Amino acid sequence: MTDLVTCVIDGQSVAVPVGTTILEAARQLGRDIPTLCHHEALTASGQCRICSVEVEGARTLLPACAAEVRTGMVIHTRSERVDRSRKVILEMLASAADVSEAPDILAYAEEYGADFSRFADGERLTYPILDDNPFYIRDYNKCILCGRCVQACGSDMQFAFALTIAGRGFHSHIATFFEKPLPETSCVFCGNCVGVCPTNALQPKLSWLLAQGTDWNEVREQTKKSHPAKNMRKRR
Amino acid sequence: MAAQTQILTERIGKIDPSSLEEYVGSGGFEALRRALTLSPVDIIYEVETSHLIGRGGAAFPTAFKWRAVAREEARPKYVVCNADESEPGTFKDRYLMEGDPFRIIEALAIAAYAVGANKGYIYIRGEYPLAYQRLAHAVEESRRAAYLGFNVGGSDFCFDIELYRGAGAYVCGEETALFESIEGKRGQPRLKPPYPVTHGLFNKPTVINNVETLANIPPIILNGGFWYRSLGVHLNPGPKLYAVSGHVRRPGVYEATMDLTLRDLIYELAGGIPGGRKLQAVLVGGAAGAFLGPEQLDVALGFDSLHHIGATLGSGAVMVMDETVDLWQVLRRVTRFFQHESCGKCFPCQLGTQRQAEIVARLAEGEIRPGDKALLIDIGLTMKDASLCGLGQTASNALLSACDRFSLLGEGGGQ
Repeated sequence: MTDLVTCVIDGQSVAVPVGTTILEAARQLGRDIPTLCHHEALTASGQCRICSVEVEGARTLLPACAAEVRTGMVIHTRSERVDRSRKVILEMLASAADVSEAPDILAYAEEYGADFSRFADGERLTYPILDDNPFYIRDYNKCILCGRCVQACGSDMQFAFALTIAGRGFHSHIATFFEKPLPETSCVFCGNCVGVCPTNALQPKLSWLLAQGTDWNEVREQTKKSHPAKNMRKRR
Repeated sequence: MAAQTQILTERIGKIDPSSLEEYVGSGGFEALRRALTLSPVDIIYEVETSHLIGRGGAAFPTAFKWRAVAREEARPKYVVCNADESEPGTFKDRYLMEGDPFRIIEALAIAAYAVGANKGYIYIRGEYPLAYQRLAHAVEESRRAAYLGFNVGGSDFCFDIELYRGAGAYVCGEETALFESIEGKRGQPRLKPPYPVTHGLFNKPTVINNVETLANIPPIILNGGFWYRSLGVHLNPGPKLYAVSGHVRRPGVYEATMDLTLRDLIYELAGGIPGGRKLQAVLVGGAAGAFLGPEQLDVALGFDSLHHIGATLGSGAVMVMDETVDLWQVLRRVTRFFQHESCGKCFPCQLGTQRQAEIVARLAEGEIRPGDKALLIDIGLTMKDASLCGLGQTASNALLSACDRFSLLGEGGGQ
């Protein structure tokens, strides 16, 4: 028998096994908490902070995806502090990245009344679209730095460690070692990073080409076996 | 000056910091020798009795960490000295390391003995070359004299210290980012919990203490916890170092108990403001601290007393600004600092420090737009509430306190 801990979420009492996160406990009660960097298959990194909830007695808000329920916790999934944090994070995100292909962010923005024009005159970094292999493209203008691709590439899934974070602060970005093209890195083109990307910053080259209206023959040419990137791997 | 003491700084300027003989001759390693005759439980009891509070900025009871690590069963355990002193306006740890390096080694050895660790690290700020040299020399001398290494002082306790130099990131003073850095990874803070006492350096139980905190350990061991607790203020006992800079006649490090008032520190110890000019503002606690105005000069510089008026002692940095200072330019530098030092891991800080700095830079140029105050408050409170580590949580303190205290953007909502 597992030990249970009891907490109160938005006025409802719930008993969950030790080790359950606030997010899981809230979902058991049918209360949803927004998440961005959280992914079922990955270790909770708690870095987007959109899932922050207010726990009575705690100095700061806690990330629901990572914080475990403790006995006696009184948790509010919505409050003035929670709503402000979520709204401002969404507003700032939209000012720094192109979130037009991130349905979750757009839906949350609607729900929390985020006004994307508030920080619109802030600096925005632009990146060239990286098209260096036949499988997927990287458009870091859409990247929100949730870090899922790095986790999937590393010790959460593939152990290829081709992707990492470079730079710091506002200038941090996803990179390969010394910004080398993917075929020259330890990337095995497993596609897990593309699978976990929430904003379409990473997308299959096939659909990217087709979405641009590229001619099918040309698409086949660009993604076919004899692509230089594939040859390079064979030579090694 | 009743509050002034000479406990932490007893040897500084009086002995040659590179001489083990002079250190031992002035009572050095006496506390370690005594500690080795006590049981670890007794040492922790003394530290607990002393009510020593961590001096790094977070004000956490030291004995609490020691006891938690001593109770852990996982091996090995580590003790780490956080000497990555990077808070703007703070130079007290540097003063201690450069002036009395053996003391840190002695204190770290006592901590290791108390919690059952055999390996210690001193993580020194990369921009402190002299402190590094003096400590490196002191570690070597201590090894030669068997104060470090196998069978310390003839006992069966073995302990050695490795020095590690930081590479210039403010965030690496955050304890878990510091561990990541020693482990050779990107210096980013980890999610807490788990806390360092269970999952610290290399995921092992770890005690991490600030340099100044450790400097308090030898006198506590020699004179007892009750003696220490009788110094200064109830619940905030013991000597504290204050790093005074800015518009004072005698900037420098001053040691006093925490009943010292801001007025006495600025006008008595530091000699007052030169040129007969008036005091405008004091930034207490460094860039992560809060502004105080001339009407708050009588506040005592203790953890609790400052907390009561919505400020923080932090690391003990006191930056004095006279009437000639343009506060917007100060705020511009402070917000630029956080923009530059944010590691970029969590969204509120990565984006908030950037947007905050942009808006403040514009305001410093005199370009004020309606709604600016609401924007800054929104960013500030979001960073404070939702950031992952102390960097983001404090990155708006100075700005918001200045706007509040000096009505920089008008009273009230500021719409």
